[in-house]
Amino acid sequence: MSSVLILGAGPAGLAAARAARRRGASVTLVDSSEQLGGQFWRHLPAERPAARERILHHGWDTFRALQAQLVADDGCRILTSASVFAIDATASPSTTGTGPGRVHVIVGPSDGTGRERIELLPDAIVLATGAHDRTLPFPGWDLPGVFTGGAAQALAKGERLAVGAHVVVAGAGPFLLPVAASLAATGSRVLGVFESSRLSSLVRGWLPRPWQLLPAAKKGAELAGYIGGQLKSRIPYTTGASVIAAHGTDRVESVTVASLDKNWTPVAGTERTLAVDAVCVSHGFTPRLELAIAAGCQITDERFVAVDDAQATSVPGVYAAGEITGIGGVDLALAEGALAGHAAAGGNPFDLPGEVRKRRIYEGFARRIEAAHGIRPGWPDMVTDDTIVCRCEEVSFGALCSTAESTASTSLRSLKLTTRAGLGICQGRVCGRSLEQLIARRLPGNTLGDTVSTDRRPIAVPLRLGELAAAARPTDPSPTTPTPLADPPKGPTS
Amino acid sequence: MTARLLPFSDDPIRPSSPASVSIQFDGAPIEGVSGQSIAGVILASGPLGFRRTSVSGKSRGVFCGIGVCFDCLVEVNGDRDVRACQRRAVDGDVVVTQHDALPGSIA
Repeated sequence: MSSVLILGAGPAGLAAARAARRRGASVTLVDSSEQLGGQFWRHLPAERPAARERILHHGWDTFRALQAQLVADDGCRILTSASVFAIDATASPSTTGTGPGRVHVIVGPSDGTGRERIELLPDAIVLATGAHDRTLPFPGWDLPGVFTGGAAQALAKGERLAVGAHVVVAGAGPFLLPVAASLAATGSRVLGVFESSRLSSLVRGWLPRPWQLLPAAKKGAELAGYIGGQLKSRIPYTTGASVIAAHGTDRVESVTVASLDKNWTPVAGTERTLAVDAVCVSHGFTPRLELAIAAGCQITDERFVAVDDAQATSVPGVYAAGEITGIGGVDLALAEGALAGHAAAGGNPFDLPGEVRKRRIYEGFARRIEAAHGIRPGWPDMVTDDTIVCRCEEVSFGALCSTAESTASTSLRSLKLTTRAGLGICQGRVCGRSLEQLIARRLPGNTLGDTVSTDRRPIAVPLRLGELAAAARPTDPSPTTPTPLADPPKGPTS
Repeated sequence: MTARLLPFSDDPIRPSSPASVSIQFDGAPIEGVSGQSIAGVILASGPLGFRRTSVSGKSRGVFCGIGVCFDCLVEVNGDRDVRACQRRAVDGDVVVTQHDALPGSIA
């Protein structure tokens, strides 16, 4: 019997856990949140039951079934409020065991003190760490009242809190639609959704070979549902436009919306101002790669975790699934998760032809999202000299440029050290990729002088020195179990 | 008007009547719903700013809401640098806004 450690309990991680258990592996499922479901199925806490919570979610019944099955299964140990802060893949086998490495976890209330440290030595790891919003910098984006779409979603679905009474949603991608729908269902008036991509890009991204979309009809229906819901609640949806500035002193009071050309450069003369008390801006997603990098996994040129047909990474015993292998949504994450969990427990992808087929269908969907909504190179034109580019260290674009000029530096590493951009407590998660592009854009060939990645973070979450100094509990044994979870009933599967 | 908790009696998902949770924010008692994050309780009570930045002293609050950006840091029961969006509010929590001024110039 093998032990499989799954990092992340969103759709991909949950599907991986179930698949690994069906193969008879002993599973440990770790998530930093207090609940299962990840950001996609972020939901009300147990003490706030609601009869119709499913109307806030897509695939809610799938989630409830996965959760019920895993919670009831004594072959699956679930560690919530548990953050993996490091993976030690380089130590010798005598200290890492025969698996891919020693995994360091801290368990207890977020950012607490004296939390419990444990170390795990699994035979295989499934990375299912997901992604977070990418928000491009614009003047005023550091004002309170400017949120990511993910924040609005988490507060609406997890607490029934609307971030504002009069809200604008802007950025790019299909995610803007569920954000607007959640806000409307939580009592906000959504003044408009502004999609940066122009209609022609959307058509180019979504329409070539439309017959390929037929098998993904469920996904189409999901999007049509959002758009229908928006029409019903009279939310205007505008393409080729976005929020290019937020205004206010201690909080956002209004935003400037402007048309964008096909490269996302704001079109002069098209600006208009809308009074708001909140604005939600997301331009896509950034995969959470730090644990994959710590484990030594190869990263693709597009900066996702490279995987083969079995969802295996370049490191033996390490598998990856979900948004860290490409932004593709819940259905792709579920299929990849099932294949990854199955393979991590010793199975072969050919054993699960249904999941292989789903993965192929929804991968096509992911490519369309990128083609239609991918970030375009003109966005830096909305950044002014006094726009904060690194929120933590409060580095303005002007300061970044003048330092780059006076030091004649082409190196991201040296500019980080001279300006402190990207060195703050978020460890460059929010600004890293935007900084790289802003700096590279000033250089010949649009290329940085070094290949330092802002995705590398040897300590994946901050912890207190006292906690780091404290001894870890000796390696925790995996749950000893073992009857495999029952296979799904024959016939039509979910 | 700003962030607000949807009253449970108006909520289309038909929640049961929730229990309340009471915390202190900069000395003032505020009330939320059991199971909420500290960030959610503060936002629903009015304030959007949770701390002041070190360099320019500007107000910051919740931005990413999922523990990534670290903009919503507050002090909770004497522990500094706690992400308010990630910590569940517990009855009696004492929450204080943070401001770490830069060290003064050396005379």
